[in-house]
Amino acid sequence: MSVNDTAAALPAANGGALPIGGGLPSNLLLRFSAAALLWFAASGVTALWPDAADAQEWERTGEFASLLVVAAGLLVLAALLAAAIRPAPRSRLEAAIGSLSASVPWLIALALGVTGWEILTAKLNLLPRPFFVPPQALLEVYLDDWPRLLDCFAASLRLLVTGYAVGSILGVVTGVAIGWSRAVGYWVHPVLRLIGPLPATAWLPIAFFAFPTSWSASVFLIALASGVPVTVLTWSGVAGVNSAYYDIARTLGASPRFLVLKVAVPAAMPHVFVGLFMGLGASFAVLVVAEMLGVKSGVGWYLQWAQGWAAYGNMYAALLVMALLCSGLVTLLFRVRDRLLAWQKGMLKW
Amino acid sequence: MVALENTDTAGMTTGMTIDVQAVSHSFELHGAPLPVLDGVELRVEPGELVALLGPSGCGKSTLLRLVAGLEPPSRGGILADGRPIDGPDPSRVVVFQDPTLYPWRTVRDNVALGLEARGLLRSQGHRIDKALALVGLTGFEKAYPHQLSGGMAQRAALARALVNDPRLLILDEPLGKLDSLTRLAMQSELVDLWRSSGFTGLLVTHDIEEALFMATRVIVFSGRPARIKADLSIDRPYPRHRGDPVLTELRHRILELLGLAETW
Ligand SMILES: Nc1ncnc2c1ncn2[C@@H]1O[C@H](COP(=O)(O)OP(=O)(O)O)[C@@H](O)[C@H]1O
Ligand SMILES: [Mg+2]
Repeated sequence: MSVNDTAAALPAANGGALPIGGGLPSNLLLRFSAAALLWFAASGVTALWPDAADAQEWERTGEFASLLVVAAGLLVLAALLAAAIRPAPRSRLEAAIGSLSASVPWLIALALGVTGWEILTAKLNLLPRPFFVPPQALLEVYLDDWPRLLDCFAASLRLLVTGYAVGSILGVVTGVAIGWSRAVGYWVHPVLRLIGPLPATAWLPIAFFAFPTSWSASVFLIALASGVPVTVLTWSGVAGVNSAYYDIARTLGASPRFLVLKVAVPAAMPHVFVGLFMGLGASFAVLVVAEMLGVKSGVGWYLQWAQGWAAYGNMYAALLVMALLCSGLVTLLFRVRDRLLAWQKGMLKW
Repeated sequence: MVALENTDTAGMTTGMTIDVQAVSHSFELHGAPLPVLDGVELRVEPGELVALLGPSGCGKSTLLRLVAGLEPPSRGGILADGRPIDGPDPSRVVVFQDPTLYPWRTVRDNVALGLEARGLLRSQGHRIDKALALVGLTGFEKAYPHQLSGGMAQRAALARALVNDPRLLILDEPLGKLDSLTRLAMQSELVDLWRSSGFTGLLVTHDIEEALFMATRVIVFSGRPARIKADLSIDRPYPRHRGDPVLTELRHRILELLGLAETW
């Protein structure tokens, strides 16, 4: 049920597409205003409270304060829109405001968190330096070092996607082959049992020595890390297919090829996606280690480099980029799964 | 489902002759052979609807699997129209007790399965809608199996079988899991389908009334290993009446054969 449907089901006096809080518009106005006020306060603390006297003065404090003002301003706009659109016909804008209103508690908590962080670091200098930096230090990194960060992001993404694609494709093919063919299972199963539980990073020294470049070595390691869970889960998915599915298809004239591609593989898909999810997590771990130890680019390398220079602002900035990369890819995987497995009921929503 | 005047989905096919010749079958259980069928001898003429009755676990489903060609018999042979059965064939289609629809396919794509498997989807695709109409599932083409009731799912499984224009329809307790009202309705529908299409039917059921209401012949099996105990012709016209005294008399005889007469 979309927000609009929910709204349509409510009596008109209740007004607005409000999933929470009983849905009184004045209530919504209040919530957005409170959030906006807190973001203004965060900005004020940042800009007007002088940095601690016993430490350095932080760069980009003004820019950061402006950013906070912009956030606050957007919330004011949302509040005004929420008040104004009540009698207007239901629209996408209204739906957007409605879903934003669900995030108001988060917006409030974020404003409080940023303010506290700002006070503890830049304003009072209560946390040990250089390990703790104020938020404007991160902004500084993004404003000054973005070309390098972007390069690293692209390098990480390329390496990860290459290794993960190789690993997943080989994993699905191997898993189906083991699950389908007794002969393949006879030969591959023992190897999988021996090699599978070994963390891919254990191969690191050999891989960097055996492959022509550290990049190809890293592709191998990531493919291995993601390939093993994909193989095992695809195999268990294929092995667990209801044998009546095959009986049905066989009596209807299906060829072995049809049985594999149109029966075994789709029936195993829910398992395959669990394997793909686990493989993705494993590949993140290997990516960071490989970039820290061998590859001279990527977010992992940047993290290592920043730590070497005690540039903790850069490190946090890179960590955030890494988190966005990983979270983005997991979200993407879940989207694909939701599309392909729409026939399942009760799916876990990411 | 009863608009049977224009049943070109199944058309008027000629039913298949099935010759079960001295078939014995055993499974391996804990290293020892488990005899399941013992010298079963059965000839089914084209267009007959033969019901198989017998104690649970005696080997009825096993016999159906052998006729379908899903497994070869341990001993003896089965002929379809005089030729030995050596594997499954779309002219002999099975409907199981569980609808076993593919949950990842819509109703329409499930019904399309046989045509797709044989590469006939392009040329014969129009039959899908007819098969769906025949079982009363028009309007549910896009539904997924988990959105169907038990009766609807079994109708979809029936459509999946009928779209292939089978000459032998093998029904293994097809109504066994349905509620009693749906079951009664679908018994009539199945009889209508069979009468209008002309296929040969093999029906396993545990319901004596169902066998008597639907079949031209009832075969009663002994307990495992299954041997044929009786072969009764049900010489009553269709549509039949459940209260028909002749059927009641036959029911009593069958109960006797199954050793359950004192409960009647
Ligand atoms: N694949 C199998 N392996 C071993 N035993 C089996 C197998 N299939 C069926 N059986 C056994 O054969 C006997 C007959 O089964 P079945 O034909 O399904 O009986 P029913 O008459 O109830 O349909 C049962 O005892 C069952 O346990
Ligand atoms: Mg059975």
